[in-house]
Amino acid sequence: MTAYTATVTVRLKQGVLDPEAETTKQALERLGFELEALRSADRFEVDLEADGVAAARERADEMAERLLANPTIHDYDVEVAER
Amino acid sequence: MTVSIVRFGGSNCDRDAERALAHLGIDAEIVWHEDGLPADVTGVVLPGGFSYGDYLRAGAMAARSPIMTEVREAAADGVPVLGVCNGAQVGCESGLTEGAFTTNESARFQCEHVSLRVERADTPWTAAYEEGEIIEIPIAHGEGRYEITDDRLAELEDEGRILFRYCDENGDPTPKANPNGSKHAVAGILGDRDSVAVLMPHPERATLPDVGPTDGQGILRGLER
Repeated sequence: MTAYTATVTVRLKQGVLDPEAETTKQALERLGFELEALRSADRFEVDLEADGVAAARERADEMAERLLANPTIHDYDVEVAER
Repeated sequence: MTVSIVRFGGSNCDRDAERALAHLGIDAEIVWHEDGLPADVTGVVLPGGFSYGDYLRAGAMAARSPIMTEVREAAADGVPVLGVCNGAQVGCESGLTEGAFTTNESARFQCEHVSLRVERADTPWTAAYEEGEIIEIPIAHGEGRYEITDDRLAELEDEGRILFRYCDENGDPTPKANPNGSKHAVAGILGDRDSVAVLMPHPERATLPDVGPTDGQGILRGLER
């Protein structure tokens, strides 16, 4: 078994309104920053042990499918690194 | 033979629901989620509140608690299930109903009275109303914006699964009358069966005559046996 960190990034699907990001963008503009757009995402770092990268990825994928992301509004990606 | 009002950690409209149902003469009791549903359950209310502190997403944790497997089984057997506010979020997160209730367009918590148009009057939840009737019920949520793909929403509309829409005083679902930016002004929807419904507005807060309008009574009567 090898120790891995699986990083799951969950973001809103393209086209789904993100009012919190819009409010954050406006606040940055009020502070004088220039920017075109701002997107927010949630990042989960999962420490786990698995037989290999593929097994670690598969488990993290299932975590995203079953809880961390809501497929109606979210896309997600998973990156796995040895720790 | 009672209606079960499922209490999660952070539910806070469970007692309101119990009192409102008692006022209507509907026998109901609060059930702690870890205790499971009683065998003779005649209806289920998923009440409003902030289950699990809205961690991750509103309703996400409660939707995956073991009692929701029992609720889905009961719903499949035809037991009426009503999700209100956080209960609506739990309903969508658990797959009882489709779509998602997410952050209001305003990015703010909103607590106000809204007008709803009754889209269908031939369901247990709306038998007390006429189709197209306008009813007044309060909302209190930060994550009530109904979101779903355009294609799937069109199918739900074709199937008659939209139960309530936010509307103005003329019954028109205008953007101004839509408090949270919900797609097509959807405020409440039906599940696979007409006996399963979720809505963001609070019918239990519009039932007791002492506290204002009583337009919510008809919705709760969907739990009558």
